[in-house]
Amino acid sequence: MPTATSAQPELTVQRADDGRLTVRLAGPWSLGAGLPPLADVERELAGPAPSAIGFETEDLTTWDSSVLAFLAGTSKLARERGVPVDTAGLPEGLRRLLALAEAVPEKSDARATKAEDDFVEMVGVRALEAQRLFESGLDFVGKLVLSFGRLLRGRARFRGSDLALLIQQSGFEALPIVTLVTFLLGLILAFVGAIQLQTFGATIYVADLVGVAMVRDMGALITGIIMAGRSGAAFAAQLGSMKVTQEIDALETMAISAMDFLVLPRVIALILMMPLLTLYGDAMGILGGGFVGVTVLGLSPVEYLLQTGDAVSVTHVVGGVVKGTVYGALIATAGCLRGLQSGKSSSAVGDAATSAVVTSIVAIIMACGVFALVFYALGI
Amino acid sequence: MPVPIGAHANGAAAVTVHNLTMAYGDFVLQRDLDFTVGTGDIFVIMGGSGCGKSTLLRHLIGLHEPVKGEVFYGDESFTRASPERRTKILRRIGVLYQSGALWSSMTLAENIALPLGEFTDLSPEEIREVARLKLALVGLAGFEDYYPSDISGGMQKRAGLARAMALDPDILFFDEPGAGLDPISSRLLDDLIVELRDSLGATIVIVTHELASIFAVATNSVFLDAESRTIIASGVPTELRDRSTDERVRRFLRRGET
Repeated sequence: MPTATSAQPELTVQRADDGRLTVRLAGPWSLGAGLPPLADVERELAGPAPSAIGFETEDLTTWDSSVLAFLAGTSKLARERGVPVDTAGLPEGLRRLLALAEAVPEKSDARATKAEDDFVEMVGVRALEAQRLFESGLDFVGKLVLSFGRLLRGRARFRGSDLALLIQQSGFEALPIVTLVTFLLGLILAFVGAIQLQTFGATIYVADLVGVAMVRDMGALITGIIMAGRSGAAFAAQLGSMKVTQEIDALETMAISAMDFLVLPRVIALILMMPLLTLYGDAMGILGGGFVGVTVLGLSPVEYLLQTGDAVSVTHVVGGVVKGTVYGALIATAGCLRGLQSGKSSSAVGDAATSAVVTSIVAIIMACGVFALVFYALGI
Repeated sequence: MPVPIGAHANGAAAVTVHNLTMAYGDFVLQRDLDFTVGTGDIFVIMGGSGCGKSTLLRHLIGLHEPVKGEVFYGDESFTRASPERRTKILRRIGVLYQSGALWSSMTLAENIALPLGEFTDLSPEEIREVARLKLALVGLAGFEDYYPSDISGGMQKRAGLARAMALDPDILFFDEPGAGLDPISSRLLDDLIVELRDSLGATIVIVTHELASIFAVATNSVFLDAESRTIIASGVPTELRDRSTDERVRRFLRRGET
């Protein structure tokens, strides 16, 4: 029997002559100090089977779940080897907790089984999932078209105040960020062009470069990407959380179409706002380019604007605005689709918002590619 | 029209569930459910956690489609109804969701006004008047212009009830009405449910596992069992508690004591 209470946690495993294994725990054991190691017990149990396992805990000053985890482990090992466990030497509290932990046997099928890493199976599962997502996407677009049909016949119902608020949120409130980003984009384009054009002494053509690039493509593209991050994510999060709180169920059981009531105003808001934001972004980009032209390249403002006016045609402007409008429809559709597909937990709403932004941006870039081909074929 | 099984109707059948099987993919939740909710009943769907009672409610109100079987309102099949007929049937029912499910972007008055505006020809002033009245019925007079996030959980539930009653439905569904409420609020909601049945003559279907509530209000019930995946008892809950021959039902209704 040890005389002094030790300040260090101790664990000793001893085998008596009658084959009884005694586990002695002493000192302060806590989760902070780590779990008592099972290795010694395991080693003893691997040898000739002891007649029983007992415990000595007179010098155990403090204990918590760390000791309990050790005991549960020991008890499990002993059970596997068919060795009886004598819990008489344990403190009352530990004995009862151990009994509680072992009262209900582990449910054999409750533990998540790690799926076999079968490549073929994984490809199949992913393909089926992709097909399901694609089909539900098509289904959504079909329903949206029907919803627009009802709108044209004056039978789709949503609140005008909702549309007004959405227009304010996705249009007017986006102005500062659109201003900043498109101005800087124009500025960057001007610098990139200036370096090349300076070697030919043709810096005035910076105005052509910035004007045409912004108006034809970059204005709509960059505004679309901003709106995907702003409104697309917001739509997905709004509809996703409405799903979590059963607000969408409540609409459906009132026979109010979520498509008409929630999706339609969002799509309309972006279809109305994106062309305006695109035009505004174009102007800001040209302003950014002009800023570089005037302050760095020494061009006069009038000269720069006249040169831009010569370079940019109405066709360019209209083409850019058409692109912006299509991007707006894509962003709103992707945002609402992902929101309505969202699962019913807070992390699923986050996933829906992320997925909405990714889907919107991919859709915008793909549409941009299609436009490039079509405009090239049309000679615009 | 199927033969009502286990009917305990005061009058004609308000809702009939015939041979209903519910499943998520391949996992069958409950099979071959048959019961009838009589007009004017306060009908409780009870059972342990995870037995599928909330899912059954979702089937009754058309948020899930059964893999087999049908739901009838009166003698009209809801499951096979055309979209137009479905809309008609849905207009006759009101649902109080577990969390209230008030539309968070609208004030309480607007929440109630929305169905009124959709389905009636009332003028905006009349709608406003009706909304005020409905809120007064659930003790929320003066809260018309509050948003759902500005009021407590118990008040949200009552406002949800006011919205469910907006179109004077014949049948009201309640999903776990007492969940998240303190004992007194829960009791007040129970009293309100009985009062509504008595004064409006509505039929009421409640999904719950709260015994105090069940014994206080139910006039009829079905008991869903998660293990055998079907109805193992039906009838008046107090009678089931005292006289059911099924051990599982007695244990449930006596909080584990047999």
